[in-house]
Amino acid sequence: MSETQSVTQARPASGATQETPHVRINVEQASYAYSARKQAAPLFTLEATTFQACEREFVAILGPNASGKSTLLRMIAGSIAPLSGRVELDGFKTSQLEARTRAQRIALVQQESPLVFPIRAGDYVLQGRHPHGRSLWFERDEDFSIAEGALAQVGAEHLRDRWMHEISGGEKQRVVLARALAQQPLVLLLDEPTLHLDIGAQVELLCRLRRLADEHRYTVIEVTHDLGLAAEFADQIVLLHRGKCLRVGPPAAVYQRELLEQVFEVPLEIAAGPTGRPRVIVRGRREEN
Amino acid sequence: MKAMTLRRVLWTCALLTAVLLGVVLLALRLGAVPFSLGDLGQNLWWLVSGHSEKVSTDFRLIMVDIRLPRILLGIVVGAALSVAGAGFQALLRNPLADPYVLGVSSGAALGAILALLILPALPLMTPVAAFLGAAATITGVYFLGRRQGQLDSGTLLLAGIVSASFLSAMIMFLMTTLASRDLRGIAFWLMGDLSTSLPRGLLWILIVGFFVAAGAILTTASDLNVLLAGEREAMHLGVDVTRVKLVVYVSASVLTGLAVSVSGAIGYVGLLVPHVMRMLFGSDYRLLIPASALGGAIAIVLADTLARTVVAPTELPVGAMTAIAGAPVFIYLLRRRLA
Repeated sequence: MSETQSVTQARPASGATQETPHVRINVEQASYAYSARKQAAPLFTLEATTFQACEREFVAILGPNASGKSTLLRMIAGSIAPLSGRVELDGFKTSQLEARTRAQRIALVQQESPLVFPIRAGDYVLQGRHPHGRSLWFERDEDFSIAEGALAQVGAEHLRDRWMHEISGGEKQRVVLARALAQQPLVLLLDEPTLHLDIGAQVELLCRLRRLADEHRYTVIEVTHDLGLAAEFADQIVLLHRGKCLRVGPPAAVYQRELLEQVFEVPLEIAAGPTGRPRVIVRGRREEN
Repeated sequence: MKAMTLRRVLWTCALLTAVLLGVVLLALRLGAVPFSLGDLGQNLWWLVSGHSEKVSTDFRLIMVDIRLPRILLGIVVGAALSVAGAGFQALLRNPLADPYVLGVSSGAALGAILALLILPALPLMTPVAAFLGAAATITGVYFLGRRQGQLDSGTLLLAGIVSASFLSAMIMFLMTTLASRDLRGIAFWLMGDLSTSLPRGLLWILIVGFFVAAGAILTTASDLNVLLAGEREAMHLGVDVTRVKLVVYVSASVLTGLAVSVSGAIGYVGLLVPHVMRMLFGSDYRLLIPASALGGAIAIVLADTLARTVVAPTELPVGAMTAIAGAPVFIYLLRRRLA
């Protein structure tokens, strides 16, 4: 239906030629360290990480809690600069882009912040137009049609006039995604987008992200700790463990039993699914004996 | 998505201006010496049409010298406090923020008193000192209200309320030990009052200062809308968060300092008015800021008229009226938040 009048329609027609895919995000030997004070020893370090994400690619940054996933995502988003190495978008360091320019190219879907005052879903999505000059007083007609299109693209037109605090978690996540799409970015970053969703909504969201990458040339990078869903939807896995990047590659290459057992500290089995993607079966600890 | 347009902002402002004019007429008419509407109109007409010789002495004394300046002062003070309240609410991401509740007004009052005590020869230093007092207090409350690097709503309010009480005690202490004739009474500084007449020059400074500071906040209105949906989000939507917060922090402190230096610490206007405006017109700051300015003017002129008339011929301080109306609203908002 309205999928055709999507916000990304203006992008160049996709897949006309079979060239090597265009590298959007280049993470090269990027590292980071947090410390309580400047002189103190770092409390947490993310060691040098290298990977690339092309347009139309879906990358999952995978790891258990406190593995450095969010730090890596924040470096890509440009909100923190790497201590060493580089994080670039189309050759520009993301942390050095001007805030507005960055927001026109990179959209970040974060874990929910509480809203101070009630806002309607439609107005929430319109905020995505902020980096495109909305802050100079009032929205243009174009901003409204782009926001409408973004809502349509996530199948949430009917939520337009609903209050954000009254809709369900899954609906809210769709509206938040619509706001990111209204930014008309090149790169979509998502921080554990499926965290509070039920399994149906999780799969629906990931299918939608997959489609956005395939059909609209987005580079999608998500942080997750869900082994199964990452294997099913991602093109590339960046596996992190205690601040170290252990492996980068397609799911089939990264999903090795000993490796994942060590990272997630749980006994598991890996089988090849019918699509060639690995399937992970987690065994209860009791079976160990 | 109801479009926010310049037209909508202007219409809303026109409506509120009409209400304000009505309230001003009422305020002019009522008082210890009442005037009929006809008298009022006739004399006002003579005044503006250049027949000022026809205006009665009574009218000139009561209207031109007493009531009109007092109403004008009320308008500016009410507008300043309301815009400051709306600003602090966005800055602190807390709908209960208000210059009085957070102790910022008391800080400004303390600054003003210190200036009057130390530099009595420089009356224009008073608003500056009040601004410094306001800015210092909000900085202190901001850092006291943080827990593990995060602004915590409850802690922030407690820090503000405790600061307000501490600063009020300091004011009491100073006023009692160093009482001098140049200072107005304790009730003026702690409760707020519009009854003192100001030198013309100070009124002009007040008006110009209000437009500059409120204008500065208005330029960030769109950024504030995004900021209210989350600070980290705002950063990734292209808002220069540090700059916006600095502008609002300085401007809201200036507005509080200006208002307090001429009228004492009038409470709850900055809480009550933006809240009512949000209920009426929505929480878009592009409309909320001008609406709050006009609404604040309406509220103060109305409250002051009541304060002058309910127990006439004696007067209540206007702050007593705003507290009677504002404190229950604060409790209501607090309960609703916790619910």
